[in-house]
Amino acid sequence: MQYILLLHGNEAGFAQMAPEQQQQGMAAYMAYSEALNKAGVMKGSNRLRPVATATTVRIVDGKTQVLDGPYADTKEQLGGYFLIDVPDLDAALSWAARCPGAGHGTVEVRPIWSM
Amino acid sequence: MPQLHPITAEECDEQARDTAEAVARRSYGKLVAFLAARTHDVAAAEDALSEAFTSALTDWPRNGCPANPEGWLLTVARRKLIDMVRAGNRQQLAADELQSVELAVAAPASGELPDERLAMMFACAHPAIDAGIRAPLILQVVLGLDAKAIAAAFLTSPGAMGKRLVRAKEKIRETRIPFRVPGSQELSPRLDAVLDAIYAAFAEGWSDPGGTDVARRDLTDETLFLARLVVELLPEQPEALGLCALLLHAEARRKARRNKEGEFVPLANQDPGLWNHQQIASAETLLHRASAMAAIGRFQLEAALQSAHVDRCRTGALNWAHVVDLYDALYELTSSPVVLINRALAVAELYGAEEALKAMPDLASDDRLAGYQPFWAARAELLTRTSTHEEARRAYRIAIGLERDPAVRRFLEHRLSELAD
Repeated sequence: MQYILLLHGNEAGFAQMAPEQQQQGMAAYMAYSEALNKAGVMKGSNRLRPVATATTVRIVDGKTQVLDGPYADTKEQLGGYFLIDVPDLDAALSWAARCPGAGHGTVEVRPIWSM
Repeated sequence: MPQLHPITAEECDEQARDTAEAVARRSYGKLVAFLAARTHDVAAAEDALSEAFTSALTDWPRNGCPANPEGWLLTVARRKLIDMVRAGNRQQLAADELQSVELAVAAPASGELPDERLAMMFACAHPAIDAGIRAPLILQVVLGLDAKAIAAAFLTSPGAMGKRLVRAKEKIRETRIPFRVPGSQELSPRLDAVLDAIYAAFAEGWSDPGGTDVARRDLTDETLFLARLVVELLPEQPEALGLCALLLHAEARRKARRNKEGEFVPLANQDPGLWNHQQIASAETLLHRASAMAAIGRFQLEAALQSAHVDRCRTGALNWAHVVDLYDALYELTSSPVVLINRALAVAELYGAEEALKAMPDLASDDRLAGYQPFWAARAELLTRTSTHEEARRAYRIAIGLERDPAVRRFLEHRLSELAD
C-alpha cells in the first residue's frame, strides 16, 4: 500500500541556518532517501521550491483565475514529499518518524487512494 | 398420538435463539476480528456477520442447530462478505483483490478459529484513532454493542456516536491500520492505550453506581469481560493485571454503595457484608501476581489503593500513612489533580483537615477543577471539619450543582443541611 509523507516546516528556518548546518541537513535527507531505497520502499520524492514561487489556479464562474502565492498562508509550509510503498500504517509511521522533517517540522502521512 | 420429537416448533425456535445468543456472546468478537483482520474492513465484517446471524435464526429452527455453530456462522459470513465484494458495493477492494480476499477469509485449516480479538483491540486503540472514540469502538467491534447503547453510556446522541464510529472504521480501512499485537518494544505504550480505553468504558458504566440504568449496568459487565480477556491473552503484563484487579475491586462493592432506600453510602459507612468477597479475593490474587513482576504502574497503584481501603474497613486497622504513600507514587506517575484530591482526604485522616486543605490542588492550577464535582465535595467536607461553615456551604452548593447522580446529590444536600449556621 502506498503512502505519501508530506513534509511541512518553516521554510525560512533553512535559509537562516549556517552553511555547515545546511549541509548537515541536506546530508540527513540524502541518508534517509538512501535508506528508503535500500529497503525497497521508495516510490518517489521531491523537494519543493519555497512558497514564494507558488501560483494558484482555479476557475470561478467559468473564468480562470491565476493568483500569486500559495493556497494557504501558514506558519509551516509544504516543502517536499516522499512516496513510499509499505504493508500498513505502522510501517509508514515508522518511516515518517525517521524522516529528518519530523525533527524540524511535521510529517503528515496520507494513504494513496488506489484507482 | 405420541410425538417422536417432544420439541415443539416454538421450543425449537427458542433453542435456536438461545444457541445464537450464546455463540454471539462467546464468538462475536472473534468472528469480527477474524474477518476484519484479513480485509481491514471492520464495517463489512460486522455487516456480513449480522446477516449470518439473521440467517441462523431462520435456518437453525428448521434444520436444527449445527454441531459447530461458530464454524457455520463463519462460513455464511464469509460468503456474504465475498458477495459484497463482488457486488462492488465495497469499492475499496479492487477486483483483483477479490481472489486474495476469498483466500484470506477461507476457514482456518485446523477448524479452530484463531483468537484475534486482542489484535483488533490494538487496531481500535491505535494512536491514529482519536482517543475519545477508542473505548466506544472497542465496545462495538469486540462485543457487538450498538451505537445507541454506547451513546447512552457515554452521554452523547446515538447519531453523533454512530457517525464517529463509522469514521473510525473508515480510518482503519483506508489507512490500513494493522491488526497486530505490537512487538515488545512498542507494546507498553500501545497496551496503555488499550487499557485506558477499557478503563474509560468501565468508568462510564461505573458512573451509574446504583446499577439502575440497564445500558450502563451491562457495560460494566462487558468491560470486566474485556479486562479479563486482555489478562488471559497477555498474562505477563502487570498493568493488565492491575486494571483487572481495579475493576474487580470497584465492582465488588457495587451493592454496598446504595442502601435499601437507594441512597448513596460512602465507603466509610458501607457494610462489608454486602461486598462480593469472591471478587475481592480474585482482585487480590491478580494484584499479587502483578507485583511479583516488579514493574509498577498506574492501574496497579489504583488497585492497591482499593485493596488498602478494603483492608482498613474489614480489620479496622488504620492505614492512612500507607494510603498517602500510594497516592504519592500515583501522583508521581500521573501528575493528576484528581490524585491530589483523594490524597488530601487521606491526609485529613492522618494530620487533620487544616493540613488536608493545604494539600488540595490549587483551583488556579487546572481549569478543569472548577467544574469537577469531587474537588468541591472534598473541599466542602474539609471546610466542614475546620468549622469554616460559610465556605463549606458554598462548596457544597457547587458540588451539588455539578453532580449528575440524584442519589449523590441527595447525599450532598443532606450534608449541607447538617451544617450549623
